[in-house]
Amino acid sequence: MKKNTILFTMITFLLIGIITIGSSFSDNDFAIDQENNPLTAPHFDENESKAAFDKMMTVLEHKRCVNCHPSGAIPRQGEDSHLHNFDVKRGEAGQGLAAYSCNTCHSDQNNDYSGVPGAPHWSLAPEEMAWEGKTRIEIATQMMDSKRNGGRSHEDIMHHLTEHELVLWAWNPGVDAEGNPREKPPVPKDEYIQAVKQWIELGAVIPSE
Amino acid sequence: MKVSFNINGEQKTVEVSDGNSPLLWAIRDGVGLKGTKFGCGKAACGACTIHVDGNAVRSCSFPVRMAEGKEITTIEGLSNDGVLHPVQQAWMDEVVPQCGYCQPGFMMATAAMLDKIPNPTDEDIDNNIINVCRCGTYYRMRKAIHRAAELNTKKNNSESTQ
Repeated sequence: MKKNTILFTMITFLLIGIITIGSSFSDNDFAIDQENNPLTAPHFDENESKAAFDKMMTVLEHKRCVNCHPSGAIPRQGEDSHLHNFDVKRGEAGQGLAAYSCNTCHSDQNNDYSGVPGAPHWSLAPEEMAWEGKTRIEIATQMMDSKRNGGRSHEDIMHHLTEHELVLWAWNPGVDAEGNPREKPPVPKDEYIQAVKQWIELGAVIPSE
Repeated sequence: MKVSFNINGEQKTVEVSDGNSPLLWAIRDGVGLKGTKFGCGKAACGACTIHVDGNAVRSCSFPVRMAEGKEITTIEGLSNDGVLHPVQQAWMDEVVPQCGYCQPGFMMATAAMLDKIPNPTDEDIDNNIINVCRCGTYYRMRKAIHRAAELNTKKNNSESTQ
């Protein structure tokens, strides 16, 4: 009888311990929110998401995008993504230096006379948004990380990628100084926009490979 | 189309067939001011540098339509009532030019820099004055830019005490 009482007491304390430890964690700590988990959502199609992701990233990895997402202080330019002539610098705000800014040469439109490209808000992406030298997985992870994307939500990113004039300039890149047309991204603009929207609507799932 | 702007204190209107044509042509051929030079035509050399609303721009790559209503200064307007701008004085003091073709652009770029960086370091000069001089007068220009900064400071101090 005494033995059973001790056993009962031990089991009681054990159960209380388990309940106490368990209740100290919230759902956010480790439980997956099944309702909002894109991987288990009823409409989620992994192949569809991956295809949209790949199409989008084929554009974002293109030189028309990466040239202005450099990893250093100097922009890239041209079809071979060489360092910008004269080592022009990004400056504190990504718009050049006090007396030599992007707008010293670049305006709001391409200039077919000089071959200098232009679009509204011509500037560099901040250093924390550097894409140069990164894989598409790394670029996407960084792009969707609100700590490294300027606090943008998924919806903000979707609008930026599909509506911003500087982003869409990639499909209207004008001609270079010799009059040769600059290369456009390998995916048509409409298909790219559709892919971005689809990927984000499907939960913005970044594939592991 | 007609484009109106203030250039060196005077209101001017030019008529152009293409609003994207370079402001440089409007200044040289429309207004008749020849001090601003055509160098490369690719916004690379800086010989065509002028000020638009106080900022240095390469006028060979600046669409004339964007000049509407703007304040433009060229090398002809850098001096004030016959008094040389500190940059012009320094350029003479240090005997900077050789052939001289690119110098208006350098002086305009320097004047714009001194407005924003009154006492530039050598690094500021390297980063902000990236025009091209085929005669290689860079060494003398560096001295002239420091000299211009001194003259400019003296001028500003003198004006503030008057």
